[in-house]
Amino acid sequence: MTLPVDDSPAARLRAATQARIALGRSGAALPTGPMLAFQLDHACARDAVHLAMDGDTLAQLIGGETLSVRSRADTRETYLKRPDLGRALDPGCAPMLDAAAGQGHDLALVVGDGLSAHAVHAHAPALIAVLRERLSGWRIAPVVLARQARVALGDAIGERLGAAIVLMLIGERPGLSSPDSLGAYLTWAPRIGRRDSERNCVSNIRPPHGLSYDQAADRIAWLLNAARSRRVSGIALKDETDMPLLADPNAP
Amino acid sequence: MGFAIDLAGTRHRFADLKALLAAASPHRSGDVLAGLAAADMRERVAARYLLADLPLRTFLDEALIPYEADEVTRLIVDSHDAAAFAPVAHLTVGGLRDLLLSETVDGAMLAALAPGLTPEMVAALSKLCRNQDLIAIAAKTRVVTRFRSTIGLAGTLAVRLQPNHPVDDPMGIAASTLDGLLLGSGDAVIGINPASDSVQRAGELLRLLDDLRERYAIPTQSCVLTHVTNSILAIEQGAPVDLVFQSIAGSEAANQGFGVTLALIGEAREAALSLGRGTIGDNVMYFETGQGAALSADAHHGVDQQTMEARAYAVARAFDPLLVNTVVGFIGPEYLYDGKEILRAGLEDHFCGKLLGLPMGVDVCYTNHCEADQDDMDTLLTLLGVAGVNFVIGVPGSDDIMLNYQSTSFHDALYLRRTLGLAPAPEFAAWQREMGLVEADGLPRRLSPDEAARLLPPPL
Repeated sequence: MTLPVDDSPAARLRAATQARIALGRSGAALPTGPMLAFQLDHACARDAVHLAMDGDTLAQLIGGETLSVRSRADTRETYLKRPDLGRALDPGCAPMLDAAAGQGHDLALVVGDGLSAHAVHAHAPALIAVLRERLSGWRIAPVVLARQARVALGDAIGERLGAAIVLMLIGERPGLSSPDSLGAYLTWAPRIGRRDSERNCVSNIRPPHGLSYDQAADRIAWLLNAARSRRVSGIALKDETDMPLLADPNAP
Repeated sequence: MGFAIDLAGTRHRFADLKALLAAASPHRSGDVLAGLAAADMRERVAARYLLADLPLRTFLDEALIPYEADEVTRLIVDSHDAAAFAPVAHLTVGGLRDLLLSETVDGAMLAALAPGLTPEMVAALSKLCRNQDLIAIAAKTRVVTRFRSTIGLAGTLAVRLQPNHPVDDPMGIAASTLDGLLLGSGDAVIGINPASDSVQRAGELLRLLDDLRERYAIPTQSCVLTHVTNSILAIEQGAPVDLVFQSIAGSEAANQGFGVTLALIGEAREAALSLGRGTIGDNVMYFETGQGAALSADAHHGVDQQTMEARAYAVARAFDPLLVNTVVGFIGPEYLYDGKEILRAGLEDHFCGKLLGLPMGVDVCYTNHCEADQDDMDTLLTLLGVAGVNFVIGVPGSDDIMLNYQSTSFHDALYLRRTLGLAPAPEFAAWQREMGLVEADGLPRRLSPDEAARLLPPPL
């Protein structure tokens, strides 16, 4: 059976945007239905921000050797108020990373909770599996699971692991309709103090609504190879592609 | 110059004027992040005691950011109107609070005083004000501006219709615009935050909005909120630019972070004025600000975020804007942690802007990592309505799907107008009646989709 296509002007407008239009009204206010729908979406986003990252399950799903570290932000409240602490490695975690440096690595892979552990749980293991297929020749350090992490925490981790590049997979700030969006931030020669303009970013990884794992892995692999051959990341790499690959100012 | 006071058995010391202002500020996470906040509550009150006795003249004699180092300071000092200041020149900050609250002071007096006040004076004053003082004093004054509609008249509340779309899809933007117009939003401006930074796209969006405006003969103005350099280029390329937008902050270095100087903003304003598109006025600038902007650019010079925000208003008032919008809750919890801090900041910004003579609107908003929700926004929105805010933001269902934050909705504006007996801008209200868009009670007509499409035919 084919459903009749509604091509009225109103239907065509409605189909053109995900914005919350044509909601009706109760007096001046939102009707109960759309009001509750909004509250549900906000609840999903809020819970994603406050959900704790489940390191054990993640380690199991990711497989191979993993390391667990945390930032200097000891609670979620501190994390939200003090981005500087979320960028700094807890000193107690340093020896473990130093010991794992060995002869150095081509790539350090870090999974950080960021602003949505939900995104990490939903997408990080599958994305890492696809990435590993595309990076068969690379010497990859043990995957690091980082709690209360901001993007720049990857700099300290990558530096201690002796990695040429750090790739931070991190939960992005939840939108009202996107509580599970994962971002991937790549930094050549990670060192404490790197600027955001020295990173590249692939954001909105969240199939089926955003980028698929294959699309994301393609872009990330392109960036990794370009960074390795040009020995640089950030603005210098952005120039060579139409993709919006610079770090977002709203980054976690 | 240092300050000290003995209170409740403790001596409190403050190294200089900046430290005193910062310590007197109500608690907010951004000042803690910057290491500027009062160490405890007694220290905060001690700072307020000292501030209350501080002569207003102090702020003319002592710059928080050196004159030589900062063009915003130079603007503040060089444009200060000593004659307008004269009636309060003998007062302390506390004395100014008592005066402005007194029944002898009315809107005309506040308007006359505005050029004599500096941002630092009103910031200091705000730190001595409770929320009700911020509302009561601001409610005495009106700042009225005009382009194609009149914004800020007593008894009115205007709305910026914000029809953003994640990929700037013209039909998606048109859909949100029509929804907003049907619900009575858009009299302040129809303003798009573009997802793209390209001048060509800005031109396309400007033509889309201008075509809609002309098609329905709406007495309002449009704006694409792109960088001033893009607006200048768009004007050169013949795009229909009504208002020039720019984000601004309270120091030269912070404005550099936005890629602007005072000279560049002036150049953009001249370009917009040269088009002569305003029909009833020539306020052609639209500025956005927000507490924390200077700190986030590491350009706050050790000054607290509320005082830095007030300094941004000195930049705005130099260019005779149609609209100034403080995007109060957008910046995130590291600057304003929760609903209480956002509420306070929204009232402060509106108060300081109005006292400095600006047409203040507020984007009553929050992000999902803030400790805030719709109830907090309802409270701030209502208080701003009572305080006489010029305009608020209207987003479909409060959900900005491009900027990923929650602002006020078309419905919220209807609620505020209805509850406080406020009307849209008069030209826009007349247009609504002519087009048959409102019921006798002023609420939007309940239209079927087909009826709506007949009244405002979409650009399909």
